[in-house]
Amino acid sequence: MAVDQPVEGEPFVTTDGTIHETPAEHKVFPPFDATTYASQLLWFAITFVLLYYLMAKVAIPRIGGILEGRRDRIAADLDQAERLKGESEDAEAAYEKALAEARGRASSIADTAREGAKSKAEAQRVEVEASLAGKLADAESRIAEIKNQALAEVGTIAGEAADAVVNSLIEANVSAEEVKEAVADVIAARNANA
Amino acid sequence: MATDPIHQFQIQKLIPIEVGGVDFSFTNSALFMVLTVVGASAFLILSTRGRGLVPGRWQSAAEMTYEFVAQTLRESAGSDGMRFFPFVFSLFMFILVANLWGMFPYFFTVTSHIIVTAAMAVAVILLVLFYGLKKHKFGFFKLFVPSGVPSVLLPFIVVLEVLSFLSRPISLSIRLFANMLAGHITLKVFAGFVVGLGSAGFVGILGAILPLFAIVALTALEFLVAALQAYVFAVLTCLYLNDALHPGH
Repeated sequence: MAVDQPVEGEPFVTTDGTIHETPAEHKVFPPFDATTYASQLLWFAITFVLLYYLMAKVAIPRIGGILEGRRDRIAADLDQAERLKGESEDAEAAYEKALAEARGRASSIADTAREGAKSKAEAQRVEVEASLAGKLADAESRIAEIKNQALAEVGTIAGEAADAVVNSLIEANVSAEEVKEAVADVIAARNANA
Repeated sequence: MATDPIHQFQIQKLIPIEVGGVDFSFTNSALFMVLTVVGASAFLILSTRGRGLVPGRWQSAAEMTYEFVAQTLRESAGSDGMRFFPFVFSLFMFILVANLWGMFPYFFTVTSHIIVTAAMAVAVILLVLFYGLKKHKFGFFKLFVPSGVPSVLLPFIVVLEVLSFLSRPISLSIRLFANMLAGHITLKVFAGFVVGLGSAGFVGILGAILPLFAIVALTALEFLVAALQAYVFAVLTCLYLNDALHPGH
């Protein structure tokens, strides 16, 4: 037992007493093997600086630019949409205005036409009425004239008739003057009676 | 050695370089750091090559990553915090892509080594210190003196605040390192169960089904952790940068 112990406890020492390299490396837990630290630090520094350079000079500006560009593009698109919306609203308002104007004008035109037609009809009516009234007056005056003429002629006719009657009844020549006077008396008497 | 859960964290020299007795070899870790830079840059730069007004799938993903980090920074540190955006974004992308590379079998996880996460955390804290002191001169130390604290308690509070400030890089680096380390060890251990039980006959194969499902579930969880830890690191960086910008509590 006492002979075996040093061999078990020191497997990296060979029988001739020199230290064997490979088993010694296995003995140390690799992350705590300080002999590798210098190399790891150096290569970490080199690679990390390289990565930092690539990120700072290429990747970050590029991705940042892409995101910035997209944000700008979206903002610009939203602006344009807003502007177009405003324009369409303006157009709609203008359309509404034009429509209202047209409606107003149409109704005023209709009113004017109606007024015109009305006044024209009125004027025609007045004219027709006036011409009718003139004709009526004419007719009345003609009737009166004819009536007067007729009335005037009644005496003459009555005289001639009376003359003829007297001649045939009594075969006496009565002067026209006398007959006329007699007729006129009768007429006057009738008119007085009437 | 194939089932050794620690083997995956082993650093292997690919191109031995030694300067002044210090080992600066190009290792598998360095290779995956380079792949991280290549992956992150390819994702962000190639996808946005078209600069599409209407983004495609990859461009949309790149834009979402950008806006996610930008929003996180703006909410934590205000719009004047955006001067640190390239730094925070690079940090987030580096951690995220490194973690995701680590999800491939046989690939190396850069962030599972504490020296790398510590370097990130120290970079953040140094940035906070230098910028805070440059901008606010001694006003930056108001960070350690909260207003409205009784003067009797003030010395204790200041000591606590200083300690909490100093513990920040430690918690920041250990959180990421431990998450990645533990996740990958767990995956490897469960995978070892599947292989071990599977080679032990019929009953063993039946017994291997459970850890197999566990691996599937854990893989999904690890993808979540990979993204979440990158986010947590970025958020805490934003909060610390906010202290540099606005030190008054």
